[in-house]
Amino acid sequence: MKTPLGNVRGLGSAHAGTGHFWLQRLTAVANIVLVTAFLIIVVSIAGSGHAEIVAKLSNPFVAILILAAFLSVLTHMRIGMQVIIEDYVHTEIRKIALLMANTFYTIAVGLIAVYAILKINFGL
Amino acid sequence: MADVKFQRPISPHLSIYRLSPTMVMSIMHRITGAALYFGSLLLALWLLAVSGSVSQFDFANAFFGSWFGQFILLGYTWTLLHHMLGGIRHLIWDTGAGFEPKERQLLAVGTLAGSLALTVLVWAFAYLLKG
Repeated sequence: MKTPLGNVRGLGSAHAGTGHFWLQRLTAVANIVLVTAFLIIVVSIAGSGHAEIVAKLSNPFVAILILAAFLSVLTHMRIGMQVIIEDYVHTEIRKIALLMANTFYTIAVGLIAVYAILKINFGL
Repeated sequence: MADVKFQRPISPHLSIYRLSPTMVMSIMHRITGAALYFGSLLLALWLLAVSGSVSQFDFANAFFGSWFGQFILLGYTWTLLHHMLGGIRHLIWDTGAGFEPKERQLLAVGTLAGSLALTVLVWAFAYLLKG
């Protein structure tokens, strides 16, 4: 049982609360650490041969770090693109279609990355 | 919805403001973010190529090794670092700090200068390690 005031308190004018803002910041902080580590990994294997790169990416620490980086980055970019769509697309049906496409695209990128990392680690 | 025939007041457009460094960096933050959004697919596809056969890997390497591929990667590096520094700037602002005119200016210019410097550093390291 909630009073009408209790239902809207803390939600702001968009009725969505601070969840979106918080997730953007949380993943932003995680991205600083994870993307920096990922950059160092990429720089260290740039120009290497196939076997060498597979060996590097088969390191459990490296593999888990890349998976974590994709999880954080994809979450961050999905809600970021959501804001861009909401800002510029005002036709309701187009907006809904693009918001759906945004989620589908993000999941597709994530699945490709997860599949590749798992295959490199378990399937070669 | 009522049929609105009279001209309703609208909020000021971007074009009436004088361009300032903070404004340019704000726009850049969104543009770089959107670019990274599509760049993430390239990264996932590269991992997929690594997980595939040697010939698939060689194909991806030939693309990223070409002048066009290198140009894309260089742009990707700068875009990533620029968005990251821009994000750190926003995190600083989230604490309530850095809003004085001089500080705002410094953070905006610092984002651009820092991203360019870091890009050079990352590529210099990559080439040094390659030998």
